[in-house]
Amino acid sequence: MTSDLKADVFAAVPDADGRFGIYGGKFVAETLMAALSELEAVYRKLSVDPEFQRELDEDLAQYVGRPSPLYEAKRWSRSIGGARIFLKREDLNHTGAHKVNNTVGQALLAKHMGKPRVTAETGAGQHGVATATIAARLGLQCQVFMGEEDVRRQALNVYRMKLLGAEVVPVTSGSRTLKDAMNEAMRDWVTNVDNTFYIIGTVAGPHPYPLLVRDFQCVIGREARRQALEQTGKLPDALVACVGGGSNAIGLFHPFLRDEGVAMYGVEAGGHGIASNQHAAPLTAGSPGVLHGNRTYLMQDADGQIMHTHSVSAGLDYPGVGPEHAWLKDLGRVNYVVATDDEALRAFHTLTRVEGIMPALESSHALAHAEKLAAQMTPDQVIVVNLSGRGDKDIHTVAQIDGIEF
Amino acid sequence: MSRIAGRFQQLAQQGRKALVPYVVAGDPALEITVPLMHRLVQAGADIIELGVPFSDPMSEGPVLQLGHERALANGIGLRHVLDMVREFRQQDARTPVLLMGYANPVEHMGYAAFADAAIAAGVDGLLTVDIPPEEVANLNDQLQRVGMDNIFLVAPTTPDERIGRITAQASGFIYYVSLKGVTGAGHLDVADVAEHIALIRGHCQLPVAVGFGIKDAASAKAVATVADGVVVGSALVASMAAAVEAGGGHAAAMDAAVALVTEIRAGIDSIAS
Repeated sequence: MTSDLKADVFAAVPDADGRFGIYGGKFVAETLMAALSELEAVYRKLSVDPEFQRELDEDLAQYVGRPSPLYEAKRWSRSIGGARIFLKREDLNHTGAHKVNNTVGQALLAKHMGKPRVTAETGAGQHGVATATIAARLGLQCQVFMGEEDVRRQALNVYRMKLLGAEVVPVTSGSRTLKDAMNEAMRDWVTNVDNTFYIIGTVAGPHPYPLLVRDFQCVIGREARRQALEQTGKLPDALVACVGGGSNAIGLFHPFLRDEGVAMYGVEAGGHGIASNQHAAPLTAGSPGVLHGNRTYLMQDADGQIMHTHSVSAGLDYPGVGPEHAWLKDLGRVNYVVATDDEALRAFHTLTRVEGIMPALESSHALAHAEKLAAQMTPDQVIVVNLSGRGDKDIHTVAQIDGIEF
Repeated sequence: MSRIAGRFQQLAQQGRKALVPYVVAGDPALEITVPLMHRLVQAGADIIELGVPFSDPMSEGPVLQLGHERALANGIGLRHVLDMVREFRQQDARTPVLLMGYANPVEHMGYAAFADAAIAAGVDGLLTVDIPPEEVANLNDQLQRVGMDNIFLVAPTTPDERIGRITAQASGFIYYVSLKGVTGAGHLDVADVAEHIALIRGHCQLPVAVGFGIKDAASAKAVATVADGVVVGSALVASMAAAVEAGGGHAAAMDAAVALVTEIRAGIDSIAS
């Protein structure tokens, strides 16, 4: 296959029906189909509107604080003794994670569509905080659905959302985590579809969400590509990002997909290990199915029921994954691997102590894999890791695991 | 002619409207679903709609979510639901049975395997909430191969031009969702329902049944004046849950469901000439 043909493969998805090969699509109740069509039409128009792009770029520069640095973790790299590791510092964004790149974009869409109310689901609370933040700035009413279990583990983010004026609704159905929050947000959207914009936090859900969230997150990879060329004089040899729904990973990977020499690693939550069945790694250990509006890899049982997941990080604790990742897996373009809870926690401590950067537990999964990878590489090689968020929100979780009470 | 189409035709000749009770298969207990189906038929049900339990019932309100959770706690999956229909068919070859659920259990079984197993069990139709016409081609090929009806939802938000796209894929009847929201919510606006049914009738000859928000004899009667059929789900599931909650056990749950269906049947029939 020539390079041109390969390039076409990546440009051709999603197709007009929102499909990435057999994945993606629009698997929702009829009540939402008109709203999705409207969103698709608005987005198609605004995504090529220079005025909208100018507005978005200004928000990303002035409000989010972009571009985020590409930082060379020299001490950490030296201690591993392999490749040079660079961290894409999404943790330095306003609100402390990559999530805000997307909420700024979707909130602008909501504003253009004249919707006075936004609703969102959240796992770790980073997307909820990013949504509540932009809602406060634009004067939009905001409701965030969060699993009761996550409300408990992410109390700090719950309070942040409340300070920002959002209503946080604990979800008590099912496993009381991100997937159930997403069910409830979709129920809310069905009920209030006339006045509500649903800000999905990841590259999943019905078309056009996987497309537009990808587009808004691609700023990560575009910057990283430029910065890597400036700072190292070449493209990176490998990219590493954690994958829950997969938005920070797609954001980093997508602008490099056509660069054949760039290897990519998406790191899923291995929980207590794949063999334990207590993990959140649908690409590694799941099978294709339909959930939350799209066909993708899922963790499911013999009856097609969605299984409970486990991860130490709330943001990765999800039984599905964005459809483009499912497609990239089958295509073989991205390698999907796992890091366990323990490996992620070790990476959390290492980076904090060696570089003075406290990573989110989600991002710590990517760091854990990068460490393994770097050790097998040489000092002339470069790895870019997406440091998708900062770890302040996880201090309680880490302290509890270390047996410390405040 | 399918059992569903035949039943609507027969009712139309009698000047009557269809009553379609919905229960979640295996709620509140595995062993009562089949006896309950027979008793609902005796109480005046024309078509039985069985909910296929799913872990993530995104279109259901709180009442039916709990119904799904109870059934799942009883270990009920799609294969058990097909067993129930097979057992029901041993004594009732006439009453149409429709499965309502979500895409994934059917996807996981495989469309062809599902179609074969379901038709063999005696299932007449399938309604998958989250498979709109855009995504239905492969499933419909299999359902049509075995002669099973595919029931589609039309919503208050469905534009007129889209209704034709839906009715072109549909058979059996059209299920009009009477409100924007989840099952069991809100209040009915009968004039609004009538307007949308008129739009649907502009696109097809299929009967139109209405569901989401019908709670009692009065609301059923109001809807029956403008529709060909009435679906009652949340109210029925809630009545059974309340009976169990009150300590009455499964017998009391069945009695409560039968009482409500009897009352609703009388309400609907009070408009017949």
